Amino acid sequence: MLKLEGIALSAGGKTILHDVNLHVREAEIHSILGANGTGKSTLAGVIMGLSGYKPTAGRIFFRGEDITDLPVWERARRGITLAWQEPARFEGLTVAEYLDLARRHGGNGDLSPAECLRKVGLPPEKYLRRAVDATLSGGERRRVELASVLAMRPKLAILDEPDSGIDPLAIENIVDVIRTLARQGAAVLLITHHESVAAIADRASSLCGGTILKTGDPAAIARFYRNHCLECLHVNEPKAEEVVSG
Amino acid sequence: MAESSVELVELSQAMAPAGADPAALLHARFAGLAVSHNRILRCRGVDGLRIEGEETPTGAKARITVEPGVQLDSPVHLCFGVLPKEGIQEIISEFVIGEGARVSFIAHCSFPNAERVRHLMQARIRVGKGAQMEYAETHYHGPQGGVEVLPVAHIAVEEGGLYRSTFKLVEGAAGVVRLDYVAELDKDAVCELDAKVYGKAHDSIVVKETILLNGAGARGLAKTRIVASERCVSEVIGEVVGNAPFARGHVDCIEILTGPDARASAVPKLQVNDQNAKLTHEAAIGSVDKKQIETLMARGLSEAEAVDVVVRGMLR
Repeated sequence: MLKLEGIALSAGGKTILHDVNLHVREAEIHSILGANGTGKSTLAGVIMGLSGYKPTAGRIFFRGEDITDLPVWERARRGITLAWQEPARFEGLTVAEYLDLARRHGGNGDLSPAECLRKVGLPPEKYLRRAVDATLSGGERRRVELASVLAMRPKLAILDEPDSGIDPLAIENIVDVIRTLARQGAAVLLITHHESVAAIADRASSLCGGTILKTGDPAAIARFYRNHCLECLHVNEPKAEEVVSG
Repeated sequence: MAESSVELVELSQAMAPAGADPAALLHARFAGLAVSHNRILRCRGVDGLRIEGEETPTGAKARITVEPGVQLDSPVHLCFGVLPKEGIQEIISEFVIGEGARVSFIAHCSFPNAERVRHLMQARIRVGKGAQMEYAETHYHGPQGGVEVLPVAHIAVEEGGLYRSTFKLVEGAAGVVRLDYVAELDKDAVCELDAKVYGKAHDSIVVKETILLNGAGARGLAKTRIVASERCVSEVIGEVVGNAPFARGHVDCIEILTGPDARASAVPKLQVNDQNAKLTHEAAIGSVDKKQIETLMARGLSEAEAVDVVVRGMLR
């Protein structure tokens, strides 16, 4: 479904990503594990096509089409979306309207805004009329973001640390959302530090120093991450022999 | 004082683009005042609320009094307009809200055909001890931008009172807007001034909001949201003065430019005259926030659609 071939990104004379090769299959949950500063969110921005994230080398293919030069909204209309780790706030826009926008402009999802909110553990009667502004806590805003991804019914959902700042009791909701997306036939590219969330993936990749080191079984990648990345000796510069493209 | 149901119906219908419900403006159950040019077409009070109106050569004078302790559940509808292409309307008003009273006003001002219209509002507002007054004013100036609007208000809020107002002009062209509000707050009084304007073409907008926190524990918020497109020029001056202990004030201004020829400026001014007062401000001027736009684009909206959603939400 999604193929990244030799993706590189440099900014201000600094290499952030280099020689990133990644293959996400149809309807696959694929987690990306990596320590802070390894380029996980940058990778998400590159795939979504955000401004300032145009690759300096390499190509991105989605369902066989080269989308490297497409703007964000054209990628979205092909079914790609992104849930930000720190989502934007909108004055005067209600949660109901926000979710409805995603449903109408995205993939015409079949879940109502209320159903999407229930999936992320937010009671619709309390949240539908609230504004998507600073009155929502960080955790609430992130859950609304996930609800809007559900409402859109994407073909590929990039979730950038959806469990960050979420009450541990609500992690089950996050897992449920990811499984719902997969049941709908979406591939999920899941960026997370939370091993219990990463464990639901079909495959996983380890990102270190701006490149993919390994791709494979999530448990094996999690072990590798625990043993090599939590106290990374590479200072974001992995040894050449450890770079194994997925 | 003239009574003309045909004129009143015409005026009420002209208020629809400003978001008014014409039926509510005409409903006998609601208190209200309707002035077309310099003709008072409706002047109706209810128990506990008195409206006295007087026509003048260029407009009208009105005195609105709410008796102490009166709590009105239904809003009072105010309606001002000039329907011809040219004209002047000068409204001089006085609001006296008695101690412990509670009242809300919904005001609509419409100049749908204006090519050369001047609309001047001079209001003196006194909110009594522990009283609450809300005033929501929405304008419609037609597509030509031929309106000059000069709303000037002096607001005094007595101990423990609350005054909250919104001024909204987001449909049609704005023309020339010179808004100048000054509020003086006694002990534990609260005031929120909120102005939202969408400027287009050659519109010229100046919003000046001043809050003087004279009493201990008084709290004030001067909030402005302006979108300037095409060749619109906007200027916001938000001033809060903390004259008493534990007074708290905040100036909150966002101006968004959506055209290369639009111009905007913001001047937040804070003055503290008591060491226990605290004032803050935040101002942002520029294009629409990139992250907001890209978030909406990641849901499938085009860039233009995303900008429209952000701008409409902010001005709501």
